[in-house]
Amino acid sequence: MTAICATAGRIYAMLLRYVYLMRSSWPRVLEMVYWPTMQMILWAFTNQFLAEHSEWVAQAAGIFIGAILLWDVLFRSQLGVSVVFFEEMYSRNLGHLFVSPLRPWELVAALLSISLLRTLIGVGTAALLALLLYHYSIFALGLALVAFFFCLAVMGWAIGLMVVAMVLRYGLGAESLAWAIIFAIMPLCGVFYPIEVLPHWLQPVALALPASHVFEGLRAIVVEGVFRTDLLWRAVALDGAYLIIGVTVFLLAFRAARRRNLLLHMGE
Amino acid sequence: MDAPAIEVSGLCKRFDGVIAVDDIDFTVPAGHICALLGGNGAGKTTTISMLLGLLLPTSGEIRILGMDMRRERYRVLPRMNFSSPYADLPRRLTVMQNLSVYARLYGIRDRRRRIARLAAELEIDGFLDRPYGSLSAGQRTRVSLAKSLLNRPQVLLMDEPTASLDPDTADRVRGRLEAYRRETGATILLASHNMQEVERLCDDVLIMKGGRIVDRGAPAALRERYGLADLEQVFLDIARSDRI
Repeated sequence: MTAICATAGRIYAMLLRYVYLMRSSWPRVLEMVYWPTMQMILWAFTNQFLAEHSEWVAQAAGIFIGAILLWDVLFRSQLGVSVVFFEEMYSRNLGHLFVSPLRPWELVAALLSISLLRTLIGVGTAALLALLLYHYSIFALGLALVAFFFCLAVMGWAIGLMVVAMVLRYGLGAESLAWAIIFAIMPLCGVFYPIEVLPHWLQPVALALPASHVFEGLRAIVVEGVFRTDLLWRAVALDGAYLIIGVTVFLLAFRAARRRNLLLHMGE
Repeated sequence: MDAPAIEVSGLCKRFDGVIAVDDIDFTVPAGHICALLGGNGAGKTTTISMLLGLLLPTSGEIRILGMDMRRERYRVLPRMNFSSPYADLPRRLTVMQNLSVYARLYGIRDRRRRIARLAAELEIDGFLDRPYGSLSAGQRTRVSLAKSLLNRPQVLLMDEPTASLDPDTADRVRGRLEAYRRETGATILLASHNMQEVERLCDDVLIMKGGRIVDRGAPAALRERYGLADLEQVFLDIARSDRI
């Protein structure tokens, strides 16, 4: 029990550290909200235009707004892990952190928690604005929204941990991966179109991504009015594998950093 | 004879064929202040990093407070701490926020009282609410020292604790370290280039060159052995000789 309390205390300490960081800079908070909101506005206008010219889009009310909000859950979750970890590298704080009793997996738990908070703030604000400005409520998805949210968040965390592992291995020169990697995946996820649109040889790759099943599931609800549990379970199973791989790669990179003396010397 | 707080045997570190630390052995008795002396690249920081567990040795054994650092690291870490110019604290957080986060990481119960006491002792109470990044080098060093004393460590490792400090601040930091050792009986291992500091603070000196310990002893014994007036002359004599 004491060990569990001590672990919880250390994770809370790291969360507090990231909340202090957010509070110390209003541009950081604004940035969290700004991009999801801009994306939502762009796709809301696109949705309005296409709804007037396409029967399919007209039937599927607000499908692009829902899709972009869910896409941002994935993107922000990934950034929430990687960018927050970069803060430790920028401030050359890793040496202090890892001579404290903080375990690497406790840091991972804190990163995932702060990523969740940042995603809720960023995408939550955009979702509320979509309701206010375009009368589109993603909350109407009900429990499916909760399932979609967590499936995408877990995939984002896993990719975020892999990006962190790459940066631990190759240094801050690789930090642009945090932004680049997710956009390489975006065309394969079928955010705005069904997976069948992709060339046949790419479809198996797309189906190996949890997000593809989530976006197929979103279209099934909005267009056909059906909640496809088969798609959800596939996404959950893939997420489990992704998270195991993400955490393992991070821990291996951390061990390699300890072998190569990077924890004390990595920084600006 | 005091039981050793730090025991190192056969410690080696190689990076891609380059030997940074080459089969060193030493012990530091509990309650002693020991200096690692050596030129740039002698292996001092690498040795300290391995003692902290930040760097994995290629081979060899490290025991701190009787525990094996490879297998029992997380039992030892709450009882030790460190300060180094190579590690910094988050600059946007205030001094108070930084100390508070680390106090929680070390599981300190009386956080406010502990921070207030250290702030008074190290004269950082006047800028607890300022961002760490806005402080001068001397102020940051004192904050870093406060962080390293938060958990009342039994073993304190310091890499160049007074580097880049003005003489007044450096003197205060040395005074605080002496007082801390006196009050708690802690063991301190410090890497330094400042020979006056080493003569004033340290009971034992380990002199490193090319990754090896080439000589060791109390400052007075080393002076006597080499027949030189001060430790700086001893250091220069060793650094410029062919001895490895």
